[in-house]
Amino acid sequence: MDKAALIDFISPLAKGIEFDEEQQFLTVVIPRTELHRVAKELKENSETAFDYLFCLTGVDWPTHLEVVYHLESTKHGHIVVLKARTEDRENPVLDTVCDIWPTAEFHEREAYDLFGIKFNNHPDLRRLLLTEDWEGYPLRKDYVDEINIVEL
Amino acid sequence: MEVAEKNKVSTNKPFESQEYFVNMGPQHPSTHGVLRLVLTIDGETVRHIQPHIGYIHRSIEKMCEKDSYRQIVHLTDRMDYLSCHINNAAVCLAVENALGIEVSDRVKVIRTIIDELTRLASHQLWWGVMGMDLGAITTFLYGFRDREMITDIFEETCGARLTMNYNLPGGLAQDIHPNFQKRTKEFIEHFKKKLPEYDELLTGNVIFQERTKGIGVLSREDAIAYGVTGPSGRASGFSCDIRKKAPYHAYDKVEFKEIIMTEGDAFARYKARILEMWESISIIEQLIDNIPEGEIQAKTNAVIKLPKGEFYQRVETARGEFGVYIISDGKKNPYRLKFRSPGFSNLFVLNTIASGGKIADLVASMSTLDLVMPDIDR
Repeated sequence: MDKAALIDFISPLAKGIEFDEEQQFLTVVIPRTELHRVAKELKENSETAFDYLFCLTGVDWPTHLEVVYHLESTKHGHIVVLKARTEDRENPVLDTVCDIWPTAEFHEREAYDLFGIKFNNHPDLRRLLLTEDWEGYPLRKDYVDEINIVEL
Repeated sequence: MEVAEKNKVSTNKPFESQEYFVNMGPQHPSTHGVLRLVLTIDGETVRHIQPHIGYIHRSIEKMCEKDSYRQIVHLTDRMDYLSCHINNAAVCLAVENALGIEVSDRVKVIRTIIDELTRLASHQLWWGVMGMDLGAITTFLYGFRDREMITDIFEETCGARLTMNYNLPGGLAQDIHPNFQKRTKEFIEHFKKKLPEYDELLTGNVIFQERTKGIGVLSREDAIAYGVTGPSGRASGFSCDIRKKAPYHAYDKVEFKEIIMTEGDAFARYKARILEMWESISIIEQLIDNIPEGEIQAKTNAVIKLPKGEFYQRVETARGEFGVYIISDGKKNPYRLKFRSPGFSNLFVLNTIASGGKIADLVASMSTLDLVMPDIDR
């Protein structure tokens, strides 16, 4: 499917979906309450068949945190970028997608480790790269660490 | 009385088996770096594998947020140090695409040759150490002997032997060394005679085949679900070669086969890399006498500022799909930069393919996934 066909397919799936066609790949912002349902539909419907999650990452914005999912279909070859935003930066929570794409389990652990985003229903949400007793989330913009970060 | 009671209980089942935990690593020779696996084992059988990573986590992504785009290039070869040129090129391509810079054909062809030499060197090292993991010491010496020639070529042209920096946004740091073509051709002639020796030494070896055939089987569905790419993914039938899917450099102008196998076991992953080496040789042969004349560096501003927006660049490293995801807010450094490293996704499939097998087979599964720890920890 090209960008226009994907928009036609995705927009009826849930209310409040926003599209950004200006970027390299079609970017879709999905309301966080609908994320899991829409993601499941995008994977399981044979017309879209987004079975390959090749990148999952967090982003820290001034008002909220965001998780970006890069998806590709190995059957059709089309690519879409999903984004889900948390309500605020103090208590960022999203639903996990690791039951849809198993690789997300470890990418979500990384996002939890470095951004502090909590994922509902995640089977094993622990720190991944840093030690268990680490304080703070290093990839947040307001993270201060005078020992480990050398400012030049 | 109490003591006698205890003794009675303990002698009832003197050899009762029970599950227990064993740490494999972080100082284990077959983990090739600092990877710690917590194994749940029952006798010799592995029930569950829990990888613990992060021992050499440097938070390169955080460092990138402070650095200019030219500086970022120099951090990428500290991740997968065996695919350094390919990682460098990924950042350069992302910046060039964002700015709309078209590099000359000369740069494209040189980058392609350098990338394939990098892939060959990486596979040679992998072949050497993987043989050694399974008890074949000679492979280590053979692999490093041939890799040395590539390292010498790189030393002349790039000035370094391991963490090389040759690609820059807009082109190359300097032109190729006058000896580059001659020595590359010498290497190709040499290696075409030596690669069949690899097969004679290891591929046909019965002990080696017994230890890898049917071991660590990864299905195509699992490869896609866990995002296993590179030769490991293609050995399971997952067509994931970015050089074919989204060609960059001069890959659309050369002919090569995407090596796809169906078995998905350790031997198929091994075979896929050996066959991939032949394809790399063929790509270099097609290009080495046809390097077009042209500029080696396109015009770029002294301070590179990317326009507002998001840019994603995918490349095929020796280990699989490497991705650079840049979110720019128009400044000279990125707002957020994410490296999608192939090893990260490849590592976490280990529990799926190796649990249920023996500890010794875990080594075979791990070696054929070709893990490089700095690439995973970043």
